[in-house]
Parts: sequence; structure tokens; C-alpha cells
Amino acid sequence: MGNVSLIVLMACGIGFCGLAQLVSKLIAPSSKNLQKLQAYECGVPTIGASWIQFNVGYYLFALIFLVFDVELMFLFPWAVVNKEMGITAFIEIVVFIFILFLGLLYAWKKGALKWM
Amino acid sequence: MILSIYNFTLLTDKIHSFLSAHMSEEFVLTTELVLIGLLIVTFVAVLAMVLIYTERKVAAYMQLREGPNRVGIYGTGQVVADVLKLVLKEGITPNGADKLMFNLAPYIVLSTCIMALAPIAFGNGLVLWDLNIGVLYITSITSLGVIGILIAGWSSNNKYSMLGAMRSGAQIVSYELSAGLCIISIVVLAGSMQMSEIVNSQADGWWIFKGHLPVIVAFIIFIIAATAELNRAPFDLAEAESELTAGFHTEYSGMKFAMFFLAEYINMFVLCAMAATLFLGGWMPFHIGHWTTFNNVMDYIPSPLWFLGKTFFIIFIIMWFRWTFPRLRVDQLLDLEWKYLLPISMINLLMIALMNILGWHF
Repeated sequence: MGNVSLIVLMACGIGFCGLAQLVSKLIAPSSKNLQKLQAYECGVPTIGASWIQFNVGYYLFALIFLVFDVELMFLFPWAVVNKEMGITAFIEIVVFIFILFLGLLYAWKKGALKWM
Repeated sequence: MILSIYNFTLLTDKIHSFLSAHMSEEFVLTTELVLIGLLIVTFVAVLAMVLIYTERKVAAYMQLREGPNRVGIYGTGQVVADVLKLVLKEGITPNGADKLMFNLAPYIVLSTCIMALAPIAFGNGLVLWDLNIGVLYITSITSLGVIGILIAGWSSNNKYSMLGAMRSGAQIVSYELSAGLCIISIVVLAGSMQMSEIVNSQADGWWIFKGHLPVIVAFIIFIIAATAELNRAPFDLAEAESELTAGFHTEYSGMKFAMFFLAEYINMFVLCAMAATLFLGGWMPFHIGHWTTFNNVMDYIPSPLWFLGKTFFIIFIIMWFRWTFPRLRVDQLLDLEWKYLLPISMINLLMIALMNILGWHF
């Protein structure tokens, strides 16, 4: 079908989601009060905001992820022509992966992979 | 030889020529797009219902009980009843929430996972858009879903949701790496990123049989990574009931919650379909060497049945995991990925590449 089908799929997702909510809104009973609209936590009014500073551990993992995800993108073109390029490209990729692997070892040694 | 009676390009061509004979060109295109849209929506809804029913029945029989068995024959009406109940529930937007983002998140999560269905080959010629970077497309589109999850967790303004979303995000991006490396190892063997060519490269045997030990290792790692990417047990810390109630969708109710649920099951189907296509030959029938009679009999089973059979087999394995392994801790989960699966899958990829260059696979 070609790339038009992408737009159709996206429209399907958005339309389905919107329609389901519209139908629900039309036929579902609705009664709103202050208690109901509170955040669901423990039954009493919540203390403090949820939008606060967060544990740095998550961001360290996100940073390492970024490096390896870019590596993944570089590997895709090589993977397709792997057979034709032969052993030369293979050795180059070994060097490439080895350097990134050293990076992982460095992060490991520095304790970036340790939780808390 | 693959039987031509099950070639679906013939069917689609016939429909196209029938429509062209009666209408103008733009109208044909519109009609076809509407047809595709209706088909996809029906497929997605039916698929989610079947998967929910399967999940509940599998869970029940693993625990020696019956599962849903009151509504309809063998409880098949239970899912329909549940959907009706969800429709009748009120959708609540909490006071403290970021209203725009809160309502936007289900749209993002659902539309990205439906978009990932485009390049999946359901049968011989039964594919929506057979683009030449199909595998790369699926990996990139499915990883967009994590944005929706983070938005949902952040905008809820609820501590459980926030923690759940952060954990989901860390987990999904981590396991994406080893899943990606396993996908690349099959791209190396097949020499293409196009779904149809990957399937065709397995005409004389599925990669899991042709590729010796490294491909089996890649398959196992891919299944583990897929389970983690789906936030399913034993990797379901993001919605660990006893700690975080429901993770990032704690605040969602009614149809918005249903959309997250639906997206979760479609994602499961997409990843399992990927595993089936890459490792188990997609819609290719099972053939054994020179047993001509056996192979001919296998050819008579329609290709979509083969594809769905393999996909549901992997879905069953993932459901089985849930009742076999206890839940991991966050540090164990991240250790498993970064200290074990990632190095193993890297070395495994290099071994597969070497094997491919030297021509050691069948």
C-alpha cells in the first residue's frame, strides 16, 4: 500500500481512542466531587508535590543507553551488507564494538551500573 | 514450493482491479484506505479480546482452576462483558493533573503500537506496507511508546505513577538494546531488513534450525528482552501491585485505562510476531529436508495460520513465564541487562557475523 497506510494506521489509533472515549462519555454516568478528583494515594490529602527532583541513577542509565542505541543504529547498515563486505568490515566492526565495550567496562568500574 | 493458492497478492490485486473497473482513481484509493482502516480496527479489537481471554485461561489452568466460565460458552463472553463494564465507567481526570498531557498520553501509546503493525507479514502477500527497512521501522516505532508512558506517569501528579513511569522507562530503554542486537543478528544472516525477504530467506529452514547455537542464544535473549519491554512478570516492577498499585496508569479510569490495556496487548502481539518472523520463519510452513509428501501436506495449511500459530506459541511462553518466575528487584533487573545480556548478545552478534562470512550455517 505504500506510505499512505502509515497515515491510515495513525488515524486508526487516534480515531479508535477518541471514539471509545466519546461513547463512554455519552453513556457513562458522571458525578464529580472533590474527594473523587484527588490523587489516588492513601485516602488522606497528599503531602508534597510529585514533580520533584529524582534519583540520578535513572539518568545515568539513560545516558549509557543513548551511547549504545547510537551504536545500534551504526550496526544496522553493516548488518545488511555483512556478506558482501566480508572479513575487512567484520574486523572494523570488532574494533568498533570493542571500543564501546571498553566504555561499558569503564561505566561498570566507576559504579554507574550500581543501583543506589 | 510454496503453494500459489494461498498467495494473497492475487486476492488484493483482484479487489483492486474490481474497484478500478467501477470508480475513478482517487475514489479507489479512498475506498481501499477505508477498508484497510476498518480491517485494522476490527483486527486490533478482536486480537485484544482473544489475548485477554487466553491470558486469563492460561493463568487459571496454571493454578489448577477453571478461569472465566460463566458468561457465554466456556466464558468467552466474559471479555465482552468486561469491555461493556469499562465503557459504562466514568473517566476521571484528577484535579492536580496536567490535563492536556494526561489526556494526550493514551492517544500516543495506542497509535504508536497500532502503527507498528504496518510491516508485519501476516501471510504470503498479506502485508500492509512491505518497506525495505521493516525491522528498523518496528524497533523505532515501538520505542516511541515509552514517551507516552513517561507522559502518562508524569502528568498524573501522583507519586505511584511517577515512580512507575520512571521504572518503566529505565527498563524499556535498557532491554531495547539487547533486543536490538538480537534483531541485528538475524538481519546479518538474512542480508536484508525487509520483512518479506527475511521470511523468504527461511524457505529452506527456519533460522533457529539453520543457525546453530548462536541463533538459539539470540532467540532466548530476544524472548527475555521482549518480556521486559512489555513490563510483564517477572519484570513487572513498574506495576508491582503491592508497591505501586498500578504503576504509570494508577490515575486512569474507564476508557482511558482500557486504551493502555489494549496497547499493552497489541505491543505483546507485535513483539511476539517479530520473534516468530525473525527466528521461526514467519508464515513459512515447517519443512523437513527431502520428505516431499510431508512438505506438501504442510504446504496445504494456509500461511496466516502458520504465522498466527507461531506467534501464539511465543505469547503462550511469555504468559507461562508469569506463573513460573518470581518478580525481580530493580537492581537485579538492571544487572541482568547491563552485566549479562548486553555483553552476551554483543559477542553473540559477532559470532553470528563471523559464521555468516565463513558460510558455516546451512
